[in-house]
Amino acid sequence: MEFWITQTFNGLSYAALLFLLGGGMTLIFGIMKIVNIAHGSFYLVGGYIGLTIVLKTGNFYLALVVAAVVVALLGLVMERIFLRNLAGKDLRQMLITTGIALFLQDLCLLVWGGDPRNLSVPKYLTGSFELGEFYFPKFRVFMIGSAVVLFLILWVFQEKTRVGAMVRASVDNSEMAGGLGIKVPLVTMGVFSLGALLAGFGGVIGCAFMGIYPGLDFELLPFAFVVVIVGGMGNLTGALLGAFIVAMIDNFGKALFPEVAYFTLFAPMAVVLAVKPTGLMGKSQK
Amino acid sequence: MSDGKYLWITLGILIAAAMILPPFLPPFWVMLLTQTLIYTIAAMALDLLIGYTDMASLGQAGFLAVGAYSAAILFTRYGFGFTGAMIGAVLLAIVSSAVLGLLALRAAGVYFLMITLAIAMVIWGLIYRWVSMTGGDNGIAGILRPNPLGIDMFDPIHFFYFIFAFFIVSLVLMLLFIRSPFGKTLVGIKDSESRMIVLGYNVWLHKYLVFIIAGAFSGLAGGLYAFYNGFVSPSLSDLAHCMAIVLMVTIGGPGTLVGPIIGALIIILLENIVSIYTERWVMVLSAVYVITALYAPQGILGWIGRLMKSERAA
Repeated sequence: MEFWITQTFNGLSYAALLFLLGGGMTLIFGIMKIVNIAHGSFYLVGGYIGLTIVLKTGNFYLALVVAAVVVALLGLVMERIFLRNLAGKDLRQMLITTGIALFLQDLCLLVWGGDPRNLSVPKYLTGSFELGEFYFPKFRVFMIGSAVVLFLILWVFQEKTRVGAMVRASVDNSEMAGGLGIKVPLVTMGVFSLGALLAGFGGVIGCAFMGIYPGLDFELLPFAFVVVIVGGMGNLTGALLGAFIVAMIDNFGKALFPEVAYFTLFAPMAVVLAVKPTGLMGKSQK
Repeated sequence: MSDGKYLWITLGILIAAAMILPPFLPPFWVMLLTQTLIYTIAAMALDLLIGYTDMASLGQAGFLAVGAYSAAILFTRYGFGFTGAMIGAVLLAIVSSAVLGLLALRAAGVYFLMITLAIAMVIWGLIYRWVSMTGGDNGIAGILRPNPLGIDMFDPIHFFYFIFAFFIVSLVLMLLFIRSPFGKTLVGIKDSESRMIVLGYNVWLHKYLVFIIAGAFSGLAGGLYAFYNGFVSPSLSDLAHCMAIVLMVTIGGPGTLVGPIIGALIIILLENIVSIYTERWVMVLSAVYVITALYAPQGILGWIGRLMKSERAA
């Protein structure tokens, strides 16, 4: 019993991280129909910026905010300069995002070195809550909490606000949305930037949770892919569900069948593709 | 028509150069050219998918890795010879692409891109974690080159011509393939899938078969790579490697089979020569990605072709 409760909790904290990564990716995919190879790089850059700020100022929250904003700006520039003119050209966009990902990875290596780095969190976030015989590390509770809060904010934004409605309209039919006076390019740029922001935020949290190093960006990307594929590309609630499923399977897979753990990731993806290729919450393909 | 002619001329020049030059080059360069030929086989296989069928599979490096690891494991662990290991490599690549192709083909367009890439990542993960079989991060060493008829394959020149034979056979097979009715159907699918369905073609089956064929050639390239390098590691199936093969096809010129030869040459030289001069060669590579995507989506051959057309028009 203890095994199951502890592992479920661990899985949940990992799910929180995967949601931050996959959620941003799915938002970007939804509106631009591109697979952003540089998404792991946003996470990496965010983590390193957070690390530097914590080392300089010791303020963890400042690190979270600044890293998220800087990475959001990076996304903004990237969309405007490199991706906008290639709308609809999947392969070319993927090559560009690959180039940018390699560039950022090498840049991080140059600036921060190749050794794994860890970020220390404020004192009151270390240690654990005790609940009977169980210990729940505070930082993991914080991770889960912030993922849930971010999801709720994004959900309300997307479903209940005017700008959110513009985003949904642009996702569903960008031409029609444009015809109705919505500035689709602006919306697209905003959503791309928002997706980057989530990844940058996730990077700081991830840096404190499990450390970062150049190369982690590419190692995490498959997890983000599977989250997006399982949940349904372009669907935020799907990303949450996908993150939960993937994290649980990965966590229990590692504990129960360590040798083929990575392969267990494949199982949910295979099942979803076989049954519903557009993902659990995805709309059917046109 | 003349477009085709200039492709044939380019192909002829490249093959002639490959046949004549090696004995006059330093061993390091001969090795790089050998590696280029191996990658060319994988890149041409991917061109069948990207250039002829418009199925941009980003996961071909995964099948290359399947081939490389199959050959390595059969050779070092089960005592297979070169021939047996190579047959095993191709067969396992065929089996894995046949199984995974069923999944990948459930999706189309950008979904297909992502799923094929995810498949390669899963293969990477399997290789990385299945330590008892694959050696994990340490890879597998000790894959010795064969010596058919007593010819010493550790001589770079001998090995180059040995691989060259595989390259020529693969090239001829693929040329025959794209000129066959099957190949013409693929081009039809690329132009308009719905039209081919209406005409009564089994589009799904054609796509599935070409996916397996591409997987088979990728496995062949992987097996040869294992014997070329003497060592295999999980990075064969990592993201950077997947995209590198896609870049080879794109930068050379997709839909030509000749382009991938040029593309493989450029990328292999870039990785091995530029890295001698600067530690930041990855940045150079990243610039090549961006420039290719922005300015040369039809690759160097496409660019030359356009140039020739505008000259003729002038």
